[in-house]
Amino acid sequence: MAKELWKGNEAMAEAAIRAGLKCYFGYPITPQSEIPEYFSLHLPEHGGVFLQAESEIAAINMVYGAAGSGVRTMTSSSSPGISLKQEGISYIAGSELPCVILNVMRGGPGLGTIQPAQGDYFQATRGGGNGDYRVIVLAPANVQEATDLMRLAFDLADKYRMPAMILADGMIGQMMEPVEWPDEPTPEPIAKPWATTGTKGERRHNIINSLFMEPEACARHNEKLDQKYRTVAANETRFELIGDEEPEILFAAFGTPSRLARAAGKILEEEDGIKTAVFRPISLWPYPYDALYDAINQESVKAVVTVELNTGQMLDDVKIANQGSKPISFIGKAGGMIPTPREIAVAAKEALGRK
Amino acid sequence: MEMDVVYQKSAGLEDVEFHYCPGCTHGIIHKLIAEVLVELDLIGDTIGVAPVGCAVFAYDYFTCDMHEAAHGRAPAVATGIKRALPDKTVFTYQGDGDLAAIGTAEIVHAAMRGEKITTIFVNNTNYGMTGGQMAPTTLIGQKVTTAPLGRSKEHYGSPIKVSEMLATIEGAAYIERVSVHNMAGIIRAKKAIKKAFQLQQEGAGFTLIEVLSTCPTNWGLTPNDALNWLQDNMIPVFPLGVYRDITAEDK
Amino acid sequence: MKGKVEFRSDWCKGCELCIPVCPVDIIFIDESVTNSKGYHPATVSEMEKCIGCANCGRICPDSIITVWREKRVKKAEK
Ligand SMILES: Cc1ncc(C[n+]2csc(CCOP(=O)(O)OP(=O)(O)O)c2C)c(N)n1
Ligand code: SF4
Ligand code: SF4
Ligand code: SF4
Ligand SMILES: [Mg+2]
Repeated sequence: MAKELWKGNEAMAEAAIRAGLKCYFGYPITPQSEIPEYFSLHLPEHGGVFLQAESEIAAINMVYGAAGSGVRTMTSSSSPGISLKQEGISYIAGSELPCVILNVMRGGPGLGTIQPAQGDYFQATRGGGNGDYRVIVLAPANVQEATDLMRLAFDLADKYRMPAMILADGMIGQMMEPVEWPDEPTPEPIAKPWATTGTKGERRHNIINSLFMEPEACARHNEKLDQKYRTVAANETRFELIGDEEPEILFAAFGTPSRLARAAGKILEEEDGIKTAVFRPISLWPYPYDALYDAINQESVKAVVTVELNTGQMLDDVKIANQGSKPISFIGKAGGMIPTPREIAVAAKEALGRK
Repeated sequence: MEMDVVYQKSAGLEDVEFHYCPGCTHGIIHKLIAEVLVELDLIGDTIGVAPVGCAVFAYDYFTCDMHEAAHGRAPAVATGIKRALPDKTVFTYQGDGDLAAIGTAEIVHAAMRGEKITTIFVNNTNYGMTGGQMAPTTLIGQKVTTAPLGRSKEHYGSPIKVSEMLATIEGAAYIERVSVHNMAGIIRAKKAIKKAFQLQQEGAGFTLIEVLSTCPTNWGLTPNDALNWLQDNMIPVFPLGVYRDITAEDK
Repeated sequence: MKGKVEFRSDWCKGCELCIPVCPVDIIFIDESVTNSKGYHPATVSEMEKCIGCANCGRICPDSIITVWREKRVKKAEK
């Protein structure tokens, strides 16, 4: 199929429709408002339901209801709105329901700024809501990938009956890039015998619930969830490793900063002959710890440089993967500012002890 | 002598014991809903949304499909269900803390949208489940565990009147306040609940039945004394009656 | 008009709501019995007085009362 030029937010919305989205609930917030705007017109054209809710809290709880009814459903927001959704995400995870949440991140904390940032990494990967639960988190680095991951997010959510989040920085949402739509039809809805669709008098009632008053029962439920999360962790890590086969510098970055790191790598190669590679986790949970460990422990790697649009959040996971094997440094900016490739290159040279 | 069964536990209720305190009228309200859904032949096409509050286990009691919501969010959850499955009957069952405090935004906007759901709003003037704390509906002077000297108007304002408030919203098709403190009240309450579900079936809009209910345990009264207390103290503040009925306006 | 009631006594919470609504005043708490929940359950004294009005059944929050009433000779259906 031919390539078309799409704005990130609209492309992600279109991808969700193509993935079989039936019900969208959201609330306006910059820099993602094109998403509800797109759905308001185009989702009904495909037989779906668009509803602007009274708040992000209401929107995620509408998702909770629709997910329990067995349809593909999602919400989108940006950082402060995602904070409000955490209650509902915890309930959806606890009740083992599938849904997709899209966070087009902006700078924080608090009201922060509407400019792009990656300050919600902890919130997304460590769980912003209460209890022991996990959310599959996928981070695209370009608009094409954002559309591909949207379909994957719905599939994984259904497969494992858990929320899946697309964690996109504001740059992905706002930029225009070519998109090639895959030649696959919208998937048929899968059977969800657990859904609350009315008993028709033909079966016992289904109950969507996350309450277990007896501690033994709640412990069993948590063990069941944990087993599931282990399965996901074993099967669903995704990453990309590009650059020189024998890099001295290994950049670690997710989302659009990985592109800045590659640009920095070109500068280093051209000006100083320093070879680099970029390790880019695509799944932030489950995190590709083993793959990153292997990448770091290539003999050629002298230092790891983590690049983020925050003050060092994924850095924690890089350290976990590193297991103390190589020196790690960090370059990043928070609050809507973006480090230049030149600044990143300088940081990398410093990591090698060079000027 | 041949005899007919004239009353028995509704087929809309599971054959399990209720956990409610002795004489708590939550149980009466449950039966009325179940009876109505069976009589209207809707029970197999209904999804109920349980609240956070004493009625949290309602999901175990009704034979229809059930969805347990977060505190106050039942109208949003019900909206999600109804929008996904517009042909189904959807109801929420909510206490006064759940609906009139933490969930105020959700209920107002469900009503505003004319969401085709039915809300059974159980007003017992306190937070029963957590031990009798003050609710937005607590009467002036009523002693509750977070206002042990009685609710002060100066400090907390006056009780919120949910039916009156929601009756101002155009999307609401039917709003009535009933009480289950005596036989006449119970019969009236059932009629109101039935009307609400019928109007939902007809797609008329949002429907809410506020039911004045007792909490003998936290009120520190016997169940029968609690019924009297409700009659003497609650009804003057929360007058019974139909607050909105768009079918009447048509006439 | 004659009626009959049956209490699922092991689920009775002895709340007494059924007592004052009985028009013929035949329901009482049987203090000689303690059910598995630890309550003295409600019961009826003179069943033959029961008119099958179902007040007790309607008010019982725990739905443990079943009420029967003598079959009436029905008028022809309209
Ligand atoms: C977010 C949240 N806040 C607080 C609670 C604790 N809580 C449980 S029930 C309840 C109040 C319930 O009162 P009401 O809605 O009036 O129901 P009742 O028990 O009186 O029937 C509260 C505050 C909770 N479960 N979740
Ligand atoms: S605490 Fe009050 S409202 Fe809750 S079950 Fe007991 S009597 Fe009923
Ligand atoms: S059916 Fe009526 S008369 Fe008979 S025991 Fe119950 S309340 Fe009394
Ligand atoms: S109303 Fe029901 S639970 Fe209460 S005493 Fe009578 S039979 Fe027992
Ligand atoms: Mg209450």
